[in-house]
Amino acid sequence: MATRQGASLDRKKLMADPIMVTTIVLLIAFLTLFILYPLAILLVDSFISDTGLTFDIFKRIFNIPTFKTAITNTLKVGFLVGILSTAVGLLFAYVEVYVRSNRFMGGLFKVVSMLPVVSPPFVLSLSMIMLFGKAGIVTRHLLGIYDNSVYGFWGIAIVQSMTFFPVCYMMFRGLLKNIDPSLEEAARDMGASRMKVFTTVTLPLLLPGIGNAFLVTFIESIADFANPMIIGGSYDTLATTIYLQITGAYDKAGAAAMAVVLLSITLIMFAVQKYYLEAKSTATLTGKASRQRMLIEDKSVRVPLTVLCCAIALFVILMYICVPIGALFPTWGYKFFPLTTKWFQLVFTRYKGFKAFKDSFVLSIIAAPITALLSMIISYLVVKRKFKAKGFIEAVSMLAMAVPGTVLGVGYIRGYSGGIFHTGFMQGIYGTGLILIIVFIVRSLPTGTRSGIAALRQIDKSIEESAYDMGANSLQVFTSVTLPLIKDSFLSGLVTAFVRSITAISAIILLVTPQYLLITVQINEFAEKGSYGLACAFASLLILVTYTAVALMNLFIKHFGTSRKIKEEN
Amino acid sequence: MRTEKKGIRLDHISKIYKDPKTGKDFYAVKDTSLEIEPGSFVTLLGPSGCGKTTTLRMIAGFESPDEGEIYLGDEAINELTPNKRDTAMVFQSYALLPHYNIFDNVAYGLKLRKVPKEEIKERVTKILELVELSGMEARMTNQLSGGQQQRVALARALVIEPAVLLFDEPLSNLDAKLRVSMRTEIRRIQQEVGITAVYVTHDQSEAMAISDKIIIMNKGVVAQMGTPQEIYYHPNSEFVADFIGEANFLKGKMTAVDGKNAIIEVDGVPVTVSHDKNMKVGGEYTVVLRPEAASLSAEKGVPCTVELSRFMGSYQNYHVRVGKTLVKLEEHNPKNKRIFEVGEKCFLVFDPESVHVL
Repeated sequence: MATRQGASLDRKKLMADPIMVTTIVLLIAFLTLFILYPLAILLVDSFISDTGLTFDIFKRIFNIPTFKTAITNTLKVGFLVGILSTAVGLLFAYVEVYVRSNRFMGGLFKVVSMLPVVSPPFVLSLSMIMLFGKAGIVTRHLLGIYDNSVYGFWGIAIVQSMTFFPVCYMMFRGLLKNIDPSLEEAARDMGASRMKVFTTVTLPLLLPGIGNAFLVTFIESIADFANPMIIGGSYDTLATTIYLQITGAYDKAGAAAMAVVLLSITLIMFAVQKYYLEAKSTATLTGKASRQRMLIEDKSVRVPLTVLCCAIALFVILMYICVPIGALFPTWGYKFFPLTTKWFQLVFTRYKGFKAFKDSFVLSIIAAPITALLSMIISYLVVKRKFKAKGFIEAVSMLAMAVPGTVLGVGYIRGYSGGIFHTGFMQGIYGTGLILIIVFIVRSLPTGTRSGIAALRQIDKSIEESAYDMGANSLQVFTSVTLPLIKDSFLSGLVTAFVRSITAISAIILLVTPQYLLITVQINEFAEKGSYGLACAFASLLILVTYTAVALMNLFIKHFGTSRKIKEEN
Repeated sequence: MRTEKKGIRLDHISKIYKDPKTGKDFYAVKDTSLEIEPGSFVTLLGPSGCGKTTTLRMIAGFESPDEGEIYLGDEAINELTPNKRDTAMVFQSYALLPHYNIFDNVAYGLKLRKVPKEEIKERVTKILELVELSGMEARMTNQLSGGQQQRVALARALVIEPAVLLFDEPLSNLDAKLRVSMRTEIRRIQQEVGITAVYVTHDQSEAMAISDKIIIMNKGVVAQMGTPQEIYYHPNSEFVADFIGEANFLKGKMTAVDGKNAIIEVDGVPVTVSHDKNMKVGGEYTVVLRPEAASLSAEKGVPCTVELSRFMGSYQNYHVRVGKTLVKLEEHNPKNKRIFEVGEKCFLVFDPESVHVL
């Protein structure tokens, strides 16, 4: 085969487009500096000491008994949470897609699927403590149990399961809707009972999807920092151990090595999930349902499933409502009446609530549009263009999904507190608002990119090609065609990035300086101290902010979304 | 409209892809050279996977050739990006910009070229007249039918006055009736404007109806290039004969020359065809017989047996056996002719001039 001039021609064509080249170069620089480098420095720091290549640091941390317990704790919790979330998520999705339900159920399901989007972390942990803790309403005041402990394994597992099952629910809903009803009807027609149909047709079809959901929640669980921090008590997980190793023991090298351990676990899970299960789960369910499914009317199936779902949904909603109500009680657990606004007042008078909201809000509102734009640019490049570094850009932005916030936080400390590779270069950004904004961006980039890619795949490639063919350059194609067509996705990416940023805690708590007061850090602090009234007041205000943002977005999309017109066509 | 027309020349063009399943390289287009004359309408025709769309996309600039050079007029354009090439493409999926109305869709290319506003208005109006869509300026694309959308796509490509128009199976999303009227329309507009056009299709009747020249591609190489008549009456291979229209292939050995004619023995049955000076006694040949070129007779000709006789309205469809070979026939206007029944022994008659020998 002769020399391949195709590749070099493609390169020349790319080079003839300075905007594209600049964008790609900047993007690669950003991803390398703020995702790859902080992770690389963790490896460097934990394997290289003054004497050269060494395993001493790893030997040292594996000799810390609490670290070994933390590993088993984390895996145990992750395993259980994975199973529970998957099971509950599947139940919800099955009931929604297969069982006849009424409007009340529909509303309930919608709320459940939206709650984790708008709620800050540790809200469920807070209400768990308030409802079932030593001074909990349910445990002490209703049941008269005085020594119930929610702290530890079961506390974390239950709270995380409630936090993560909606993610599984949404995943399964998508998969179930893609099962062609005639497959199951054929099985029924051959004489299989409903149970038999479920176990021999539906379940096998879902199997890769179940594995997928399990791993996704497993990763979420072991990466979770906020819930174990509040409800873990003395039951430490890897994320909290790493945090304490830095803030308590001031052992940065040890923390780096621990972070490497945590990162390895999530990366392996992520690799299995991404490259093995994800492809499989969609491969088995390709066909769109040919027609409407006959919903199950049978009372013996419908009633128990519906009741079970309602009970879980109402319980979750109760947990969320608990937080704003909790903020109104004079002293949680002892004095419930008269309701008071003193905690809210205290937030703004004594505890600099206004500054906390301003700082959180300003940093997040700066990060959100950058994140949304970046993720759209990445999605555009990944889906619509071909060039050599594309694989790198896609892989690194997806890699960020598998990196726990705590690991990233430690990476930034190691990577930037002494400048790049401890040379002092770029040291200036450490401890500033800029690094917080960058963390916000990096933490939200994968979700934004994923939804951007999904949105762009829906758009016929030739629409952009036609604009290009008409004489538009890359920038013109992106601004006049791509962006308007994925306006909705861009907007929701914007709001998701904002909400994720303003509710972020895991990486931020390691990097924030006293100069900035962030709401989530405040909530964590007050919850740690046991000032649940204040923590609840902060959290309720935060929920209000995020809910408003989401509501505004929905309103905006409803009235100004262009994509609606386009969707109607297809 | 501009007066300058440009031709296209492909000089030993190849495109190599990796097979996603086996990971092996293969030629999507292999060492293809061809010349398209200025102002002509040329169709790339072939089964799916023959490399016709890849060739078109290389001309547009979306794909880069791995070997060879493409010329637009006298200019080598290999290194030009699609937005810098003087070509405009009409896509299979129309690819209209769904967030713009018809006017803005057509005006898009002109706006990019910074044409003054009044001129844009004038040119868009004129071109919409040409494609018979006047008055639709303010509609959104999803308010148009498929045929109308395709006309907008055509108008959009024409309005920037490119040197070459490229069509990528533009009619395959339309229903059969509309396809027929749209292809007439496209041909009319192309001739009115006098623009060079390259058209990709897998529909042979579309290619016949519309083209000055047809290029038949197979497995990445050009199988034959010529006018529709040349390709139909003088196919250079079984593939081309079979792809364009229906064809019967009678294989046999040439046994004798009889004046202007040659005798080819097919399964022991002598068949008379016109003699071509390249043909030699003793050579193996394939006779290409179009179904409409022969008829059945009770008296004389090539002996055969009727295996199927079916009334199709405008013609009677026969399958007859000549020796061991099955021959399909269409006898047009069957009302006034004798109908042969299944099992009948009769004779196949055709003009030696009307068959082609490979």
